[in-house]
Amino acid sequence: MKAFARLLERLAFTPARNAKLTILSHYFQTTPDPDRGYALAVLTGTLDLRQVSPSLLKRLASERVDEQLFRLSYDFVGDLAETIALIWPTDAEVSTEVSLSQAVLLLRETGKLSLPGVIADLLDRLTAPERLAFLKLATGNLRVGVSVRLAHTALAMGTLRGSEEIEEIWHGQAAPFLPLFTWLAGGPSPAPASAPFRPVMLSTPITAEELAPLDPTRHIAEWKWDGIRVQAVAEDGMRRLYSRTGEEIGAAFPDIIEAMTFEGAVDGELLVRRGAEIAPFADLQKRLGRKSVGRVLLQSHPAALILYDILAWRGEDLRPLPLSSRRARLEAAPFDSPRIGLSPLLPFETWEELARLRAAPHAPVIEGVMIKRLDTPYIAGRPRGPWFKWKRDPMVIDAVLLYAQSGHGKRSGFYSDFTFGLWEGEELVPVGKAYFGFTDEELRELDRFVRRNTVQRFGPVRQLAPKLVVEVAFEGLNVSQRHRSGVAMRFPRISRIRADKPAADADRLETLRAML
Amino acid sequence: MTLRAEDVIYPTEAGLYCAPGDFYIDPLRPVPRAMVTHGHSDHARPGHGAVMATRQTLDIMAIRYGEDFAASRQIAEGPVRIGGVTASFHPAGHVLGSSQILINPDDGPRILISGDYCRTPNPVCLPWEPVACDIFITEATFGLPIFRHPNPLTEAGRLIASIAEFPNRPHLVGAYALGKAQRVIALARAAGHHGPIAIHGALKRLCDYHVDQGIDLGPLVAASDPGEAQLIIAPPSAFASPWVQRFRDPVLSYASGWMTVRAHARQRGVELPLVISDHVDWPQLTATIRELAPREVWITHGAEDGLTRWCEIEGIPSRPLRLIGYEDEPE
Repeated sequence: MKAFARLLERLAFTPARNAKLTILSHYFQTTPDPDRGYALAVLTGTLDLRQVSPSLLKRLASERVDEQLFRLSYDFVGDLAETIALIWPTDAEVSTEVSLSQAVLLLRETGKLSLPGVIADLLDRLTAPERLAFLKLATGNLRVGVSVRLAHTALAMGTLRGSEEIEEIWHGQAAPFLPLFTWLAGGPSPAPASAPFRPVMLSTPITAEELAPLDPTRHIAEWKWDGIRVQAVAEDGMRRLYSRTGEEIGAAFPDIIEAMTFEGAVDGELLVRRGAEIAPFADLQKRLGRKSVGRVLLQSHPAALILYDILAWRGEDLRPLPLSSRRARLEAAPFDSPRIGLSPLLPFETWEELARLRAAPHAPVIEGVMIKRLDTPYIAGRPRGPWFKWKRDPMVIDAVLLYAQSGHGKRSGFYSDFTFGLWEGEELVPVGKAYFGFTDEELRELDRFVRRNTVQRFGPVRQLAPKLVVEVAFEGLNVSQRHRSGVAMRFPRISRIRADKPAADADRLETLRAML
Repeated sequence: MTLRAEDVIYPTEAGLYCAPGDFYIDPLRPVPRAMVTHGHSDHARPGHGAVMATRQTLDIMAIRYGEDFAASRQIAEGPVRIGGVTASFHPAGHVLGSSQILINPDDGPRILISGDYCRTPNPVCLPWEPVACDIFITEATFGLPIFRHPNPLTEAGRLIASIAEFPNRPHLVGAYALGKAQRVIALARAAGHHGPIAIHGALKRLCDYHVDQGIDLGPLVAASDPGEAQLIIAPPSAFASPWVQRFRDPVLSYASGWMTVRAHARQRGVELPLVISDHVDWPQLTATIRELAPREVWITHGAEDGLTRWCEIEGIPSRPLRLIGYEDEPE
């Protein structure tokens, strides 16, 4: 547990991505099994642990520490788990090391009644940093800023494997990940998961000027739908629906799962569609993030898939084929469900024609066009060149929420004033503030996010764990000397909450500056 | 006539005043006669008439304020009779030259003023010494049970491990110029860092003085020309200045007892908080009171609420003096 405690502490104080990677990769390389596997599971949120409530912890502390001294200390520290970790009285130097695996197993296997005793006993045997690590683990409150993708990158460092390879086999592996680590060290491939996730190919933004020199005849164009990117995989009797980060979201979409009667892996947009009409993103949001969906919601918010790529079909990996061939295979593939359709190709011969289509889309849920080169295979990651997104106006940018402040009047008690930032190097630089654009429902969602993800308070301002991406729409951009970012947005508003998008994929400051 | 403790020593706006001896202890503003426990600038101020302190504290005051920091000075050596009291200085283990001051009235309770003190062995100063007393006047900088300072050598080990993990990033440790800086250097040496350590210009004279006093700090170079030095020590205030910009992608660290609490470390913006303190932590503070078993505890500054509560639980009479003007963990 000592190494794990050190790891958490270093991660908590290390903001830079590269330094986080160094720390993580050293940890994975120097920590024995099965501890490193449990740490990996904890960091990637794939370990289902019993959550210990704050009230239980408070009660345990009150049995050991004078109530008044505890209150004074808690006031000073400001964090319950940290206060208990620091104040927990222990007599002697701790002699025997408690491993992370032991702690995890205790939390997992102890019944509710004996839990308080087991926790107290464990706290007695740990050092202060370990107690904090354990309590953060037990309260499910790590906040160390490690995404699944970052963990994969760290795992790959110093091994023969790439992070995309890890992403590919990730599903089907579970704590303590022994086959995974064996494979990373050069051993045999772990048993493949059925219906695995394939790392997705992403697009980069483009402008009219950048498009001009490209040859329109070597590209296809499609609508850019305002849904979420998904991968639907039905293989070996297993059906899975993945988000673009490889998270399984099938539980919220049984209607789609049911429609996946094919044998293969396809890439497309998930939307809510009523008849021929595609509903706005807010409707899709009602379906997202659920553990299950009721019949009423299934009827009122029916989901649909618009496919634009095919990655595997009846056991054959189609990713090495050029897009032209994949598109032909996609069009030939039978999808016998009205919920699954193909993304139509836009007719255009010049970029000007495409610009006209883009300016007047037939549906409001189209947020621009996608432009894809016909001769490239399906490449995981975000290669610049084969795929572009050409979003329609207004200008929008995907930013990360950094700070929140509570509102006034009607919004009293709600965190409704937000500061958001964009990436510059490995840092998030604040670029603006927004306090409208969202619906009342979204406001409640944002407020919940703020309360659960506060890392620090400065008077009325809360600093947030940088993980929620919001789409900020704005009407124009000015050069500004007063802002660190060098630009000031006109009329910025939060046009959408992008809970589906990882913070690392938010836009970069240079993208915003390029819009000037 | 027997004097009451309250008549021998009491707080005034200028600081703690010993009435029968007509002198102040660590006065906050210029006074005719002062006794100074140690050289930190909130305890040792310039402009007094006469100053009595250890030779090292007087040297340090001269380094900081110039030779004319007081009209006259007297080295504290052995008990000295002043007015109706006898004063003596005893090592406090806080910084080089630091002492506790015992005030022993001819007829009245013995009063020990701890000054700032520390009981963890410190390679750069003499260890704290127990002194029997009736009234113990103590600091309570870390007077809450959350403060249990780890072994400082373990903390130095974390610093060395980080240097090994990030060999290409200079490690900048914020440490106050008197005491903490030299202690961090000595600890880094003890933890196995033998290469040159770069020091900020503001630390030079005090480091030189420690070396003069026989404390081995190993090879030191100027931070303005650090060469190969991976470890740089600077006063914390330097972190907020453009001085830091000369270092590429540094790991910012800070050595202080406050680093126990994460919110404090975050406020400092440090990547590597090191819990290294020159003050007693909670177990040491409470053990000291038990060990000295004074009739009464008076608390000068710090988290007096916590210590007052503890004294109440233990049945030891205590009272806060609420002296204002001493920093929590001063330079």
